[in-house]
Amino acid sequence: MILPLVLRNVAYRDIIQPLSLEIDAGPSTIILGANGAGKSVLMRLMHGLLAPTAGGVAWRESDALRVRRLQAMVFQRPVMLRRSALANVVYALAVAGVPPAEREATARAALAEVGLAHLAQRPARVLSGGEQQRLALARAWALHPEVIFLDEPTASLDPTATREIEAVIRAFDAGGTKIVMATHNLGQARRLGDEVIYLHQGRVLERTPADRFFSQPASAEAAAFIKGELPWV
Amino acid sequence: MQEFPGVLAEARLWQIVALSLEVSLSAVGLAALAGLPLGAALAVARFPGRHALIVLLNALMGLPPVVVGLAIYLLLSRAGPLGALGLLFTPGAMVIAQTVLILPIIAALSRQAVEDAWREYEEQLRSLGARGMQAALTVLWDIRFSLLTVILAGLGRAAAEVGAVIIVGGNIDGVTRVMTTAIALETSKGDLPLALGLGVVLIAVVIAVNAAAFLVKEAAQRRYG
Repeated sequence: MILPLVLRNVAYRDIIQPLSLEIDAGPSTIILGANGAGKSVLMRLMHGLLAPTAGGVAWRESDALRVRRLQAMVFQRPVMLRRSALANVVYALAVAGVPPAEREATARAALAEVGLAHLAQRPARVLSGGEQQRLALARAWALHPEVIFLDEPTASLDPTATREIEAVIRAFDAGGTKIVMATHNLGQARRLGDEVIYLHQGRVLERTPADRFFSQPASAEAAAFIKGELPWV
Repeated sequence: MQEFPGVLAEARLWQIVALSLEVSLSAVGLAALAGLPLGAALAVARFPGRHALIVLLNALMGLPPVVVGLAIYLLLSRAGPLGALGLLFTPGAMVIAQTVLILPIIAALSRQAVEDAWREYEEQLRSLGARGMQAALTVLWDIRFSLLTVILAGLGRAAAEVGAVIIVGGNIDGVTRVMTTAIALETSKGDLPLALGLGVVLIAVVIAVNAAAFLVKEAAQRRYG
């Protein structure tokens, strides 16, 4: 177990003000906030793509290789390699050091998990946006990480594709993978979140179980965000 | 003076065309083998002096062929450090000179192409765990269709230059005579129709190679997106 992930007084330039957070296995965590609140930067600090300008990010385990292998991230716009869908997943497994003999079967299982088994040989770049994002989920999930960070994974998708992506995320969640997802979509936060971390101008204003967050948010900013956002859900 | 058709029918001409292609394509192959990974590494790595190296590499794209020819001549000449190899005035020497000439072109242009793509790929590849040279080679392979233009730029330079091959090759009939050196010779001898005919053949060959590369690139891009 590499979880829990502990952020101690983590700051990043003037985007993230010093904050402390502990992310543990179990219920899914939604990082909610308006555009520019610092959600993406916070996710990147957790995932290790950005180094904090102050404070520290620590996992329970210190073995860097295991920590890297047991977490994955799905971006708003996934970058697909110019090769088949299957080869994209195989590439991720190869980079992670999975023995060659195991790669294809593992990759095929991951594709099946997200409902893309029939498109395994299709070049990844010609897949639709929704299919590419499902492929990104398969690529992230292929190594069975303990935690998956999702940065607005449906922000550029239509409602049908969004539903498909959410179904996959729910399946990962049910399978025991910790979900940490950034979104500004309240409906999605409601559908997928067990707890909500509300981020406003680089500060964590509250961390509340999802049902309570939507019925009685603790902070005035969150209340205004919920009120302002609802018509768009 | 010979007529064009007569020139084209000569077996000797086709031998010259074949040697031109052999030398230039070999040089492009070698330069690509070294230049593409070099460019990719320079695009992805961060180290002190990187910017100076990029400027130097870009400047080397303008290496004068005669200067490269002279340097390789000195290296390969009997008294030179590599004289024992006996390569001077052989096609091998011409390949070496052209490789030196186009290596900076391929490295500098691929450095730019990989660096532009790196902005798109960096986070994703780092997230997957690809590091250093592994990530650089991944990007290099992923933009392979765009790199075809880089290769063609190198090939164009190699096929067109005369200064380097004439110095290290010597323009020996039947051994090291290529199209550009033949054109230079025929022009100086005053056989302008023959020189012009050779020029037309040279341009036609270059266009044919580029057309083939373009078709391959288009087909591949349609397939892989």
